[in-house]
Formats: sequence, C-alpha cells, structure tokens
Amino acid sequence: MATSPRLDAKIPDGQLSDKWTKYRSTVPLVNPANKRNIEIIVVGTGLAGASAAASLAEMGYKVKAFCFQDSPRRAHSIAAQGGVNAAKNYQNDGDSVYRLFYDTIKGGDYRAREANVHRLSEVSGSIIDQCVAQGVPFAREYGGLLSNRSFGGTQVQRTFYAAGQTGQQLLLGAYSALQRQVGLGNVEMFTRHEMMDVVMVDGKARGIIARDLISGKLERHFGHAVLLCTGGYGNVFYLSTNAMGSNVTAAWKAHKKGAFFGNPCYTQIHPTCIPVSGDHQSKLTLMSESLRNDGRIWVPKKRDDNRPAAQIPEDERDYYLERRYPAFGNLVPRDIASRAAKERCDEGYGVGASKKAVYLDFAAAILRYGRGEATKRGMHNASTEELQVMGKEVVKEKYGNLFDMYKQITGEDPYEVPMRIYPAVHYTMGGLWVDYNLMTTVPGLYALGEANFSDHGANRLGASALMQGLADGYFVIPYTIGAYLSGDIRTKAIPTDAPEFVAAEKAVQDTIDQLMSIKGTKSVDYYHKKLGLIMWDKCGMARNEAGLKEAIEEIKALRKEFWSNVRIPGDANEFNPELEKAARVADFLELGELMCIDALNRNESCGGHFREEFQTEEGEAKRDDENYAYVAAWEYKGDSDYELHKEELVYENIKIAQRSYK
Amino acid sequence: MEGNMNLTLKVWRQKNTNTEGNFENYDVKGISEDMSFLEMFDVLNERLINDGQEPIAFDHDCREGICGMCSMYINGSPHGPNRGVTTCQLHMRSFKSGDTITVEPWRAAAFPVIKDLTVNRSSFDRIISAGGFVSINTGNAQDANALPIAKEKADEAFAAAACIGCGACVAACKNASAMLFTSAKISQLALLPQGQAEREMRAEKMVAQMDVEGFGACTNTGACEAECPKGISLENIARMNREYFGAVLASKEHE
Repeated sequence: MATSPRLDAKIPDGQLSDKWTKYRSTVPLVNPANKRNIEIIVVGTGLAGASAAASLAEMGYKVKAFCFQDSPRRAHSIAAQGGVNAAKNYQNDGDSVYRLFYDTIKGGDYRAREANVHRLSEVSGSIIDQCVAQGVPFAREYGGLLSNRSFGGTQVQRTFYAAGQTGQQLLLGAYSALQRQVGLGNVEMFTRHEMMDVVMVDGKARGIIARDLISGKLERHFGHAVLLCTGGYGNVFYLSTNAMGSNVTAAWKAHKKGAFFGNPCYTQIHPTCIPVSGDHQSKLTLMSESLRNDGRIWVPKKRDDNRPAAQIPEDERDYYLERRYPAFGNLVPRDIASRAAKERCDEGYGVGASKKAVYLDFAAAILRYGRGEATKRGMHNASTEELQVMGKEVVKEKYGNLFDMYKQITGEDPYEVPMRIYPAVHYTMGGLWVDYNLMTTVPGLYALGEANFSDHGANRLGASALMQGLADGYFVIPYTIGAYLSGDIRTKAIPTDAPEFVAAEKAVQDTIDQLMSIKGTKSVDYYHKKLGLIMWDKCGMARNEAGLKEAIEEIKALRKEFWSNVRIPGDANEFNPELEKAARVADFLELGELMCIDALNRNESCGGHFREEFQTEEGEAKRDDENYAYVAAWEYKGDSDYELHKEELVYENIKIAQRSYK
Repeated sequence: MEGNMNLTLKVWRQKNTNTEGNFENYDVKGISEDMSFLEMFDVLNERLINDGQEPIAFDHDCREGICGMCSMYINGSPHGPNRGVTTCQLHMRSFKSGDTITVEPWRAAAFPVIKDLTVNRSSFDRIISAGGFVSINTGNAQDANALPIAKEKADEAFAAAACIGCGACVAACKNASAMLFTSAKISQLALLPQGQAEREMRAEKMVAQMDVEGFGACTNTGACEAECPKGISLENIARMNREYFGAVLASKEHE
C-alpha cells in the first residue's frame, strides 16, 4: 500500500527521538514586527483553543477567538474528570517518554502516527509545569509534591489530577491565560458566536463566516490562518457524555471546503457511565475512569439474578475483567472494558431494572483504605464498621464529587451500594486529517485537540485527551504555525468585502433561509434522536456489514425527511436556540453517513471500531495489518460522495503486535 | 408520558433585552421523577414546538454540573431548593406532583436578560481579565515539583478554584454583589506561591472592575454561600477584603 500523493504528513527526517527537537529548532520563524500584522482566527476555546489563543497572542500575533457558549470558560473540556497524563516519572516507577509513547500507540491499537505520538509524549511534562505555574491546584501529597494515579492501559502512575475536576482546573488555567490576553487587547473574544463556514481565497483558508447567536447577524472575519479547536462529534449519537452544544459544524464545513476527514468511524465508548433511565434522557454522565483504580467491576454469575448486590455472596460474583485480563484487571483500556460489559449484558448477566448495567463496587476499597487508616492511627482492633467509616473518608477525598453526582442523578448512595454503570459514547478519535504541523489538507486551516485525528489511533487512553489538547495549543502550534506564516508575511489583511467573503456569507444565509422556510411538523430533537438511535444500533459498540449498509440508507432517508419536514420556530434574526440546533443536526446527518461508510470500508476490528465479522475466538478485536494499517482520509466530492485516500502507517520503532492486556 | 407527576410552571418570558417580560403559566403532565429539571423543560419545549409556539430559551450545556451555564432562579432560589447542585443536577424527585414552580432568570443589573431565562454574564469574564491570572507566558515554567506546596494550602486553593462562574451568588444576593465570585479567584491565587508577585495589583484591579460592572456592595448576609452550588465559602470574601485593604494601603504608601 502506498500513501496517497494528496497526503503529505511532513514528518521530519531523523531518529524518532530527535525529530521534534530538531524540527522545532529549524522551523522558520516570524519576526516580532511581522507577527503584529498577522491575524489568526481560533474557533473554540476548550483546552486546545484557549491554550493556542493565549500562547499565540503572547507571542505577538493578533488573535480573534470564537466560542458558541456565553464564556470561553464553559467549553466542554471543563467536564473532564480524571486527569492528565505526563511522563514525569515522579513516582520512580519506570515511566519515560518512550513508555508513554509506547502505551499510547499500543492503546490506540497501532493505528496512530508514531512521530506525532512521540512528540506528544515529549511535551507532556511541560504541560504540567505550565499549569502549575498558572496556579492550577493539582492534588498533592503531604510533602507538598504532586500526586499521581493510574489510568487504563498503563502499569505506571503518571496521571496528574485535581480531585474529579481536572478538566475544569486545566481549562480555568488556560481561560485565565486567555482572559489576560483579552484584557491586554491581544485577543479579541467573540462569545455566543458560531462558526458557519470557512472562507477560501486563492485556495487558502482566509477567514470565517460567524453567526452572532444573540442578534442572528452573520459576520465576516479575516485571518491569515484559521485554527479549528472545536472538539469532537460524539453528539452524532444524540446521547453521549458531550455537552448539549458540542457539534461538528466547524469541522464539517471545513471538510466540505476541502479538508479531508480522518478515520471518522473511530469512536470511543466509555465503559463507566450512568445508565439511561428513560426516553427523556438528554445526555449521559460519565463516572471517571479513575474510579477503576479502586472500584471492582462485576456481575452476578447467574443469569437474571434479581437479588440486591449486597445479598449476592462473593463466590457468586463474576469479576469478569479480573478474570479475563489478570495483568491489567479493572484497568484495561476503555474499548476492551466497554465491549466486556456489553458482552455480559447481552448474555443476560446485566443488573438493574433495564439489565443494561454492571456493578462498579467500592466495598473492597473502602475496607482496604480503612485498614490503612487504622494502621496510621495505631488502631489494632478496629471493627469492620470503624474500618468502613475511615475508609469512606479516604474514598470521599479521592472521588467525593463523583459520588455526589452519582447520588444526585440516580438517587442511590454509592458509599452504600455499588454504582450501576454502562458504556456510553464519549470521545471521537477520528477528526480532520492533519499533517505534522497540525495543518489540514486546506492550506492555512489547522485542527487541534479532539477536532483532529492524529494521536490516539483507534482508541484513546484515559487522561490523554487533556494532554493532547494542551500539547497542541501550548507547545505544538506556536512553533509549527511558523512554517506557514513565515511565507505569508507579505499578505495584507484581505478586506471582508472581497467577493469570496460576500459569496461565503450568502451561501450561509441561503442555508439558514432554507431551514427557516421548511416550517414542517417535527422538532429538531425528533430527528436528532432518530439519527442517534441508528448510529448507536448500527455504528456503535459493534458493527457489521449488513447493519452499516442499512444505516447508510436510513440516514439518507432521514436527512431527506429533515430537509422537508423540520420545524424551527421563531426568526433567524434573533436569539434562536432551535435554529442553532437545526444547523448542527443538519451537519450530523451528513457526518453520520460518512462514519458508516468508513466503518464499512474498514474490514477489520481495531480499538473502538469493532466489526463483528472480525474477532478472535476469544472475542477480541482482530486487526488486519496487511490491508488496513492506514489512516482513512475522506475527501468530500458532493452529496453522499466521498473519495478514500490512504496514509500508510509505518512503524519503525514499535513492533506491531496483537494487543494483549492478559 | 414517562411518569405521573403533573406540575404547573410559572415561567418568565421576555423577547429580548429591550422589551419588558412577564410570567406565563404552563401545565406539564407525565413528568418522571428521574428527569432533571432541564429535561422537564425539554419536554415542555417539545410540546410548545409541536403546538406552534415558541420554546422557552434557557442556558445549559454540559448538564453535569460543571460548566456553569445553566442558571434558573427556581421558587426564589438560584438553582432551586437543593443545596450544592446546579439546575441541571436538580431532579424532579425533589418536587411533588401538583406543585406550582416559579422559574425566573438571574436578576441583576450586571446580568441583562437576553431572552426568557437567558442572561448575559460577560461581566464575569471582564473581572477575570482585570487580574484573575498569574502572568506567566507559555514556556516560562520551571519543573512542577520544584515548588512544593503544603497539601493544606493546595486543598484550600482548590476549594476556592472550584467556582464554576454560574452567577448564583449574584442572583442570591439582595444587592446583586459579585463578591463571592471575585473573592474565590483572588483567594485561590493569594493562597498559592505562584500568585504572590501580582497579589496586591490583582485584588485592586478585580475589585475595581467589579464596581465598574455595576455589581452591588456586600452586606454580609451570606445568601451567596448558602446558594453556591460548589460550596464556595464566605471566608473567601473576608480574605479578599484583607487583600484589598492591604493593597490599597500599600499603594497609598507608595504614593
């Protein structure tokens, strides 16, 4: 297999461990006087966007940042719970840049690009340094040094955290840096603005059309370069752990303007979420993977066992992850843990009213911590009750906010009864294809963070999303953007009355007018829920050829119905949340089809992509390295028309092997 | 119909910032106690759309209590009757069938209504821009463990940093004061060694911005602390006052 000539990843030559250092020192620079005249548009203000906008502004570029929320601080990075990985080896447990790199490639089921992942691993330590310097209050030990815990798919402790609110603290750090630049006048911030399209001039991205969500007015904005930091597209499933407003619109519009979409079918289904409670469900809530440090996952050994958990004796419980994967136990990667839960529930061992749940049990951890506390306090004959009281205090300190959230949502107290959990859509490894510089196939258009496809292969390891978002924004783009902008110092700001801007705005206005004129009978949510069900049933945790083919036809039909029968109340020239949703769902209705096409094309199982036809005798994902060790980058050619381009994945440093966590 | 709760909602409707608003009554039926308060609004909005009426605009995003976007004033309390939760985490099991529930937007001069229950809180961003940061450019940091911080201090800073910027403190306050919000950020950074260099300037500038935005004064009634979904303590306000007066005295001495 040869890489398509359309996909030049621009990976620097040389030894893997030297590539980034050498490249960073030789990438062309833009001098300070020229930076002042260069404008950069950053769309999205999560970890990737806020860190990029702040860093680029600190360097002297003129930055315009956009977010659809009422404040940049609300981007959905804020909801990340468990932690951020970094190869600091503070625990002296054998961690290293190479080991983090290796774990990430293996965790991604050998479908990520070596050079990008190694760079991510190299800069990971600087992220922790930067965040601490900003005043991010990470968890600490009594000696005053930083604390670490473990996440899935690793055997070291390299995850830094701030209780169960790590994403919040990291984002508020980046947000503070961003707001500082706003205050200094180096960043112009546009809140409650949605990017509606990319503006192309002479084959390069030169700006965006944005909609002011309060007035409904369309605006034209010029930029020498445009950075999309707009997150993932998990909301194509309707129910996911994403925020209600998370959407694919910016990335999808870029795709339709020439940016190839990489591996759209790679979706992460997170194993530990609060199960669906009814049709009213609007979103799913994650229970952090960090809980698997201490929680044990089990189901009854007997099918349809309706006894309460406490009445099921130890020898009638099946700790199926510990049984199947003794080396990693409850800390296997997410794709494996999710499939194992689905397998048990499909076989009839599920718990709770819906039988679509497994237990995550803290009783053993509470006793273990209780014994630890008793020893510290010199209590040699502590009763079980005393041990439990002390143990619960420790568990509360570690996971208190998660336990409170669980109780609030379910009405059950997880200190007393095991949590019921089930997998849910959480993260999308796929995204816009980018080269080593994070540039898409459109010159001047970049994608950072979850919006790109680059670092996690077919499955992301826990606590690596925060790492990647901040790596891209703080430590990668500030250097790599020079490769493009150094050639652009003579480009004057293009006036926004140029014909390309006028035409782009008109196209957006036409789409809005068309949506408003349908005046049908069904709400946007009606269509979004239907799309979500198709995707979950046929392009979710397990996929097969027949189902995917059906899904493609069903999505096409649904899309047609949407465009003839959706009802959007109100006007376009006012604050109109239903119109916002409609424009986003229109894009999901196209993306969903491409995800199914990609899943159908990939005749193998890898990471989060599990094709039922391709599994080992033990039910594990069976890759086909001979035929599918490539990135599938799709080019938009027109309605339902996509052309596949392949980027061959070459492993020069890691021996590609069957992924085993046994 | 998923449940058997029937409720009457009295909801503030207002077309935009420049028009006057009024309460409208809505009967909602078949509500399940497992629904969140916002999911109950989803049910109502779906019905309004199907009936050809305009749905109620309200802010929401993460729906897991952390983004700070949701902001309903329910039966006279920001985020409703339960302590320590945001509106999105308030579930219908906290109400009884037959209840009448009054829902209003945050009310404060510094939070103008955009539409219905949606308000503009950009004043909070401007307070942060005035000084809620450590001035450290990317790439200037030393090794993270080169700066040990006592666990108690770190925990205290974390408790202040847990603020989600929702504005419930302002909505709860009869003076619409933003002291709790502002003091949480000032405290977080004052408690940490990283925040020391700009400590005085930060307190002065953030307090000044708070006043510019039109937030009211603090009269120590403690309503903000009681209604804060993240348990931000009043001690932060005391600390901010010390920081502020210390800073003002210091800058007088410099004159």
